[in-house]
Formats: sequence, C-alpha cells, structure tokens
Amino acid sequence: MTATTSSSAATATPSPLADATRDEASLRRFLHGLPGVDQVGVEQRAAGLGTRSIKKAAKLWAIDTAISMVDLTTLEGADTQGKVRALAAKAKRPDPERPDTPRVAAVCVYPDMVETAVEALRGTGIHVASVATGFPAGRTSREIKLADTKIAVDAGAAEIDMVIDRGAFLEGRYLEVFEEIQAIKAACGSAHLKVILETGELATYDNVRRASWLALLAGGDFIKTSTGKVSPAATLPVTHVMLQAVRDWFVQTGELRGVKPAGGIRTTKDAIKYLVAVHEVAGEQWLNPDLFRFGASSLLNDLLLQRRTQADGHYSGPDYVTVD
Amino acid sequence: MGIFEYAPAPESRDLANLKSHYRPFVNGEFVDGSGEPLKTINPATEEVLAEVGTASVSDVDTAVKAARKAYNGVWSKMPGSERAKYLFRVARLIQERSRELAVLESLDNGKPIKESRDSDVPTAAAHFFYHAGWADKLGYAGYGPNPKPLGVAGQVIPWNFPLLMLAWKIAPALATGNTVVLKPAETTPLTALVFAEICQQAELPPGVVNILPGAGDIGAALVGHGDVNKVAFTGSTEVGKAIQRQIAGTAKKLTLELGGKAANVVFDDAPLDQAVEGIVNGIFFNQGHVCCAGSRLLVQESIAEELLEKLRYRVSTLRLGDPLDKNTDIGAINSAEQLAKIKGLVESGDAEGAQRWTSPCPVPERGFFFAPTVFSDVQQSMRIAREEIFGPVLSVLTFRTPDEAVTKANNTPYGLSAGIWTEKGSRILWMANQLRAGVVWANTFNRFDPAAPFGGYQESGFGREGGRTGLEAYLDV
Repeated sequence: MTATTSSSAATATPSPLADATRDEASLRRFLHGLPGVDQVGVEQRAAGLGTRSIKKAAKLWAIDTAISMVDLTTLEGADTQGKVRALAAKAKRPDPERPDTPRVAAVCVYPDMVETAVEALRGTGIHVASVATGFPAGRTSREIKLADTKIAVDAGAAEIDMVIDRGAFLEGRYLEVFEEIQAIKAACGSAHLKVILETGELATYDNVRRASWLALLAGGDFIKTSTGKVSPAATLPVTHVMLQAVRDWFVQTGELRGVKPAGGIRTTKDAIKYLVAVHEVAGEQWLNPDLFRFGASSLLNDLLLQRRTQADGHYSGPDYVTVD
Repeated sequence: MGIFEYAPAPESRDLANLKSHYRPFVNGEFVDGSGEPLKTINPATEEVLAEVGTASVSDVDTAVKAARKAYNGVWSKMPGSERAKYLFRVARLIQERSRELAVLESLDNGKPIKESRDSDVPTAAAHFFYHAGWADKLGYAGYGPNPKPLGVAGQVIPWNFPLLMLAWKIAPALATGNTVVLKPAETTPLTALVFAEICQQAELPPGVVNILPGAGDIGAALVGHGDVNKVAFTGSTEVGKAIQRQIAGTAKKLTLELGGKAANVVFDDAPLDQAVEGIVNGIFFNQGHVCCAGSRLLVQESIAEELLEKLRYRVSTLRLGDPLDKNTDIGAINSAEQLAKIKGLVESGDAEGAQRWTSPCPVPERGFFFAPTVFSDVQQSMRIAREEIFGPVLSVLTFRTPDEAVTKANNTPYGLSAGIWTEKGSRILWMANQLRAGVVWANTFNRFDPAAPFGGYQESGFGREGGRTGLEAYLDV
C-alpha cells in the first residue's frame, strides 16, 4: 500500500492473532479487546464522505468500476432455470448496444441453480457464486451446511457465500462460529468464501467489528454485510466499520481480504458513495473486484442508465435497458 | 496519483456577486469612510478580490453616535417581541442568501466551500434564530423581572470565521436590546458588508447595526470610544490583553475570546477509528484556524504507535487545494503573514527535536497553502506544545495515567476547550471535572450549538457566548 503501513507487513499471521483463537476464553478476550466503535462518530464520517462530488471522468470511471464489481444476484424461491439463464446473459452483455460495457464480476444463485449458471457462463470468466449453508437463516445442522456447500462447489461454484450462525454469535459462543467458518472454508476447496455477517441482526457496530474479525481469523476471503432478506441490509456506516477491519487486518498481517455490501444498494449515486468509502477508508488497493463487490440485483440497470447518460449527454429511461 | 481521481467540482464563483468596491455601513447607509482603502485578496490565488473603504477615527465617532441614537430612540424601547421579528427576518435572509455568503466567505477567507456551506453559514443563521427566540423572554431567563440592555456595543471580530463570529456577536447584542458597531478583520471584511445589505433588506432601523472595516487602530478607537458601554472581542491573546489595559478603570463591560492550545486526550480504550476522525476534525477543520482547535494530542503511551499510524494514513487522504472545490478538505491559509507564522513555529519544532511528518498531498504553487503536519515526540517544554500555531499542525504528546493526562492537559496558559476519548463514562465525567477548559467534548470534537455557552479560562479570555449565559454579557444584571 503506501509508506504508512511500514512496520508490520509480515506475511505469516502474527502470533498474537494465532493466540486469539486458542480457546473460547482467549477468543472472547481478543474480540472484546478490539477498539470500540462510536456510533455517532462512524455515522458522521459516513455521512461526510457521502457528500463527495464525483463528476465527469471520475464518474464514468466509478460507474465502470462498480459494474465490474457487481455480483448479479437472484435469490428467490421462484427462481427457475430460465430466470438464471436470463441473468447469465445479462452478466455477459450488460448493455447489448454498448459492447464496451464491462462485465459483472459474478452471478449469485442458490446451490441448486449453480449447474445452470455454470453452463450458461462457461468460458466467460464470470464467476458463479452460490449462497450455501442454509441461506438465509442458517438455522440448520453443521452436516447439512457442509453438504450444501459441497453440492455448490461440486456443481462448479467458484465462490461460496455463507451465513454465520447469528444465534451462536449473540449468545457469545464465538469459538463455535469460528470453527464453523473454518469447516466451511475447508469444504470450499479452491472456491472463495464470503462470510455473511447479517449486520442488521447483529445490531451494534461493536458486534459488526467483532464478527468481521471473527470471519477474518477463520479464513474468510470476503466479509459480507447481509443476505438481503433482513432489514436493514447494507448501510454505509456498517461498511465503513468492515472496511476498517480489512484494512487493520492488512496492516497486521499483510493479507488482503475483501468486503461485500449486499442488499438495498439500488442507485449509481449510492454505489459511488460506497466506492468513495472504499477509496478513502480502506485504500485504493481495494478498488478492485477481487477485493470489493456489490451484492445487488437492481443496481446494474441504474449503473447502465447512468453510463449511457454520461456518454449521450441525456437520460434515456428504463425502457432502454433490459429487464431480466 | 491514484486510480480514482475525483474530477474538479468547483462551486461557481459568480454566486458570490462579488463587487469591485465595498464601503463601510453607518446609520443604515453605505458611506465613504475617510480611512485609507484596503485591498482584500483571495488567499488561494493571491488575486485582489475587491477594494474596501475603511473607517477613520472620526468615522468611529459618527458610527457610535448613530448607534447611540438608534439605541435611545428605537431599539431599547422596542418590545422584545418586535426585536425578535427583525432577528427572525435576518436569520431567514441569511438562509436565503446562503450560497452567496458561502462562496464569498470561501473566496475571501480561503476556507473550503464544504465548511462555509455546511458549517459557517448555517450556524450563523442558527444563532440569529436562537437569539430571536430569547428576545421576548428575557424577563423569564432568571436574571430578575426586567433585565436592561447595556447600550452601545463595540465589537471586534477575527478572520477565521468572519460571518459566524459576526453572528455570535451581533445576535445576542440585538436580542437583548443593545445596538452595535462592529469591526470585521482587515483580511476578511466582505461577508460582514453583505450582512449590512441583509440588515437593509430586513429594514432594521438605521444605526442599530454599523460595520466599520479597518485595521487594528480602528478597533482600538472603537474599543476606547467614550460612549461605548460594552466591548466584545474575539482574537489574539496579545490584543485581548491590550484591550483589557486600554479600558481598565472605565465602566465598560468586557468579554474576551482569545487563543487556545486545547488538549485532545485519547485513552487506550477509546473508539480508535472515531478518535482519529475527531483528531482530524479537531486540528484540520478550517485549516486549524480555530481558537478551540485540538492542537495538542495527548495519547496514552500503550496505543500511541497504533494511533499515530492510523492518524497518518487518515491525514494522507485529506484533500488540499482550491477552496471552492466541493471535494476540498483543507483550503488556504488566510494570509501570507499567518503562513509565515506557521512556518516559523514548525521550524522551531524541527529545531527542538520533535519528529515532523507532513502529508504527501500535492500543494498548489500559487496561494497560501500549508500541508497538514503532525509532530510526534513532542515534549511539554517545546514551543509547539505551548504556543498557539493556528494552522494545520498537530503536536502529539504521550501520557501514562489519567492523572498525568489531566496534569499535562492543564499545563498551559490557555483553557478554551478539551477533548476526551474513552469508552468509560465514569472517566469522562471525572476528567471533565478536572480539566480547566470552557468546553470539554467527549468522544467528539468541534461541535457547536447556539444554545451551548462557549468561552475560556486564563489566557483564553473570560465571559461566555451562546446560551443563556451568553445573553448575560449583554445585560445589566
């Protein structure tokens, strides 16, 4: 990164962090020893950064970057193969009239739809992500969660989005949550693991910070705000806290981990506020689909409309982009 | 530089309705002052913005006479509810003309538009709204049944918050039934003269507000004028002392808001990321041209390194440059003179052995700019720990125990403000009781409200502005 992260950029996990997960008591001590988050302060900072004025070349760059970070998502009980194929087609060519439009990062589906998505996206480089582990509540046994994960991975999912056991977390059974993430990570094999904290149910920013560290300690490649099924889903202040966590993780360990806000981000204006936060809170290294994603279904069309508006000089309207 | 370069987003300069000439405002009219005209410049470009007519000593006399006439004839006799209407009208006009005032303030002062737009102008309007509410309730404010105004107030304000300081001075004076003669700072007279237009628009009776641009000699003449009953000054400790000497032995009432060297104390259990924000806001807000700036950071030794690392990263993301750009965090230093003073003190920090770190942000070639700077390894005995720098320069000291924090925080001739960062509520209350400072912020910094009294201890002056306590300074109670 920059010269400011000089001292502790070692590659191995430093011993204080290894000690942190030795047993239940040390994990609790570690998580509760993290600096607190002041609610007023973090919300003020998020609101302040949200007022950055992004225009012209910077806006075009931001729109294209945001498109390339989208995990195009369908997570409905009524999902069909046809719906998934339509989404895959959209992922490949987000704006058919403008071939220079970047592709999205991934298509995110339920495990039983992975095969269809993999088939439809073969050879495109677009990843298939799948929500496993009893999404969205996660209220099922460890065996079933592991099986769920394995099914998705075997079907070709390159990314697994798991939900943590919020009940165990809120009861203070941190080691259980930690071990479950580790077990799922092992079951993922080479697939990337995104750990959904469901921050709306964690309620406090202190909990968000603790859950973020828990997921990072257990080997999560990404920390993700929400399933999208609980309100509030992603918010800017929560994302600030999570960006701070991956940055602190990087400073301590030299490892880069990603952040994915999901749910409720619908407009280009909002997406740009998140990118500003990524830029100024974590650092510009994170302005990259390998380290930052948007979990969204309706955001893409607004990005496409705004992209056209920037290029054409006028707004074309929702009938000029595809509905999938 | 970076991969996400924000395109320039400048506010339109035309919004300021800048004129080439401005004149003093006496008895409801813009008049030719008989002083030598001064040129006010844009500190971000060093270009001349406008020529401003100034007052001479004889104009001071004319203005005080006008204020006295308005006081005796109209303003002190008017029911409080009527005065309130004028103040509400002024407040609304400030809001209506807020974009113009914000752009003009940034042009003349060098502060970033996001601060003049989101902080200075709205807070100035809020002061008029707040005090308008008091105008008809003074009899119920606990000063006795019928508190009386003092008469003519002579007010001298600084260049760091030109419009806001004007509001802090004029709003309570008018609400309590006094009339005023105000001298804005030499380098930033423009918004005060647009405020004079607002007084005309509000149809304020002639003479209630008079504004005399000029240098220190006009301030001295105003303060020393025999028919002024109340003096209010915000500015340097040095001038404050001179004023106190000048009017000693007279019946004039005096309030002084002077310099500061606030301690911002961070304990090891503080919410660190928000403490970093508070430190940044404490010292880099308004380029550090804030008398209550948190210019002395006291960090518990056990977290000093970690906090400094976070702080340096955060400071390196601050954007310095064109004050009119909406994405600018730090604007221009107000004058060449002030820039030289900052440089001098920073050199003394180097010479005395403190470790200087300066943000790698690009600095414009023209204009008066100074990159945000953090000194670590600062000791109590160094000049940068004792003297007010009044610029974007932070001095970082460390402490080991709460008692040591209190001792070091209080070990200053000043006492305007302080900050405490800890998750422990009991420690906040204990510290706040020990600290000799007019304002103590807990887990935040530089927050202002018209209802909260503001003022200092020791060389930071005396008297309070804002709130019920602030009204008292303009009443015979």
